[in-house]
Amino acid sequence: MPEARHRGRPAAPGFAAGRVVALSMAQGAPRAGGDPKREAAALRGAMAQATAELVGLAAPAADDAAGILGFQIALLQDDALSGPAFAAIAGGAAADAAWRGALDDEIAGYHTGEDETFRARAADLADLRDRVLGHLSGGAVVPSVTLGSIVAAADLPPSRFLAIDWRAGGAVLLSEGSRNSHVAMLARARGVPMIVGLGIDTLGLAGEALVDATCGELVLDPAPATRAAFEARRRSHENGAAEAASRIGEPAVTADGVSVAVHINVAGPDELAALSPAICDGIGLVRTEFLFAGSGLPDEETQYRVYRRLAEWAAGKPVTIRTLDAGGDKPVAGLTIARESNPFLGVRGIRLSLAHREVFAVQLRALARAACHGKVKIMLPMVTVPEELEAARALLEAEVAALKAAGVPAARPPLGIMVEVPAAALAIERFDAAFFSIGSNDLTQYVTAAGRDIAAVTDLADPLNPAVLRLIRMAAEHGRASGREVSLCGDAGGDPAAVEALLSAGLRVLSVAPSALAATKAAIGRVDLRR
Amino acid sequence: MTVTETPVIASALLTNEVGLHARPAVKLTQLAKSFGATVELALEPDGPWVDAKSPVKIMRVKAPKGALLHFRAWGGDADAAVGALVDLVERRFDEDAAEEAAQGEDRA
Repeated sequence: MPEARHRGRPAAPGFAAGRVVALSMAQGAPRAGGDPKREAAALRGAMAQATAELVGLAAPAADDAAGILGFQIALLQDDALSGPAFAAIAGGAAADAAWRGALDDEIAGYHTGEDETFRARAADLADLRDRVLGHLSGGAVVPSVTLGSIVAAADLPPSRFLAIDWRAGGAVLLSEGSRNSHVAMLARARGVPMIVGLGIDTLGLAGEALVDATCGELVLDPAPATRAAFEARRRSHENGAAEAASRIGEPAVTADGVSVAVHINVAGPDELAALSPAICDGIGLVRTEFLFAGSGLPDEETQYRVYRRLAEWAAGKPVTIRTLDAGGDKPVAGLTIARESNPFLGVRGIRLSLAHREVFAVQLRALARAACHGKVKIMLPMVTVPEELEAARALLEAEVAALKAAGVPAARPPLGIMVEVPAAALAIERFDAAFFSIGSNDLTQYVTAAGRDIAAVTDLADPLNPAVLRLIRMAAEHGRASGREVSLCGDAGGDPAAVEALLSAGLRVLSVAPSALAATKAAIGRVDLRR
Repeated sequence: MTVTETPVIASALLTNEVGLHARPAVKLTQLAKSFGATVELALEPDGPWVDAKSPVKIMRVKAPKGALLHFRAWGGDADAAVGALVDLVERRFDEDAAEEAAQGEDRA
């Protein structure tokens, strides 16, 4: 077979080389049924085997995984789940059809809810359905995945992922999937490289494969030269990662002695549990959307407690909290507008906040109160014209005054803006913001007219496009001339290949995912700005 | 079911972030199952009531954050069962001890 290359989206970084094992979620031939006693016994047997498997998986699993498995075990042991299936069997149905029907009905109920977290549990039920069906069809649910296998599938339920022994390496290739899925989260936590959205028929995959999940590239039946180049890249990545990790606590300085501040991007306070504030120069971006992910909007007290915890964690270092950036690809039930014809050009970010001032005011009050406990900065997303900044400023000042009048301790945090709309980047001097932070993901998609969520135009959405870099340079120059900080908090900051271009454009503050912090600092150390 | 005696009733406000979700639902049903009493749960004081010992039925309720959970129970240890369940909900299913501690500080 000649060498073949495929591109997907990296969902968990790392490298792997080995044999591909295609996991089929398809089941065996349907059962004939007919004898209700025999069918009921078969279903009971399959459920018992599935329970035993889940118990076996749950025992050594880490807390997050054990929670998912424990939930599945509890459902499987509940007669309310299997009752309709046994009733159908008594009426003459085959065990597999009866079980599938009962579970599909239950799953449909989960899908109808408004609540995203409940809908997400439908995947756990589908997983349970397939596990029992696998036993009913007599086949092993998980084909023999040998140690270090590269597992390919359309999508992979969390329990299947956890059923595989990853200690000897391996990787996951998904033709569908999302980097935000539960299984991608588990893969990142366990260091298993994963590529999603490959868009190829994974069932047909076999043979040798090279997986570079740092960039999302899959090479099948590699030529010897490709393999050698891959191994070199992998060695250098691994050596670099180990070296970088050992120096994560050191300040970032370029080879020619220019200091660069490196902050972290945080999507929720849980991420900070295992981190020390000593490894970074502050929090450059807190995505507050997580607070709005549950059902109902978070009240002032809830928000205040979370913001305060972040400020206290940072122990005097700056904490830049972005106000709700909903809309676009981030809907919030009851707030964002459903079915906008082009949500990325619609009511999102500050536009949405100014359209719901009562919700925005709650967030600003909570932020002003938290500002008494640390160096809190407020950042507005998607600002397009100066009037939006001024409207937010007026609202913030009114809320701070109201809090103080009521005797509630509050401070007025500095108010800055994201630079992600080309109109703001091109005319940055019109905005009287305390600081600027370049959102390179959105800035790139708006400058290149290439959607972040459209796989076919991924190559066009290049943050290193000279037009994007020119805007970044303009922003950095404005910052220097006006004495205001200009940082960058998009994914480009955490891409070692992009760091040199960003520093050359004049940036001296980057904010990156905590997992990219070590590699970013190491990449900064390799840059020589005299060249 | 025929109800021949007066049930023990109580309610508790669901304040944990994700509502009566997977892990809280499992905790709640496990606790309910540790009592002999028949225990039921509802989102409205007049029902519909579901068996608080069934995780499948509890998940069907989809109780969101901010919901007032009503409990009712019959049988020998009905008092203890309702008390323990209300306590579990009010402790937020022990899922965010740190947040609770922070809240305590604020009140102090």
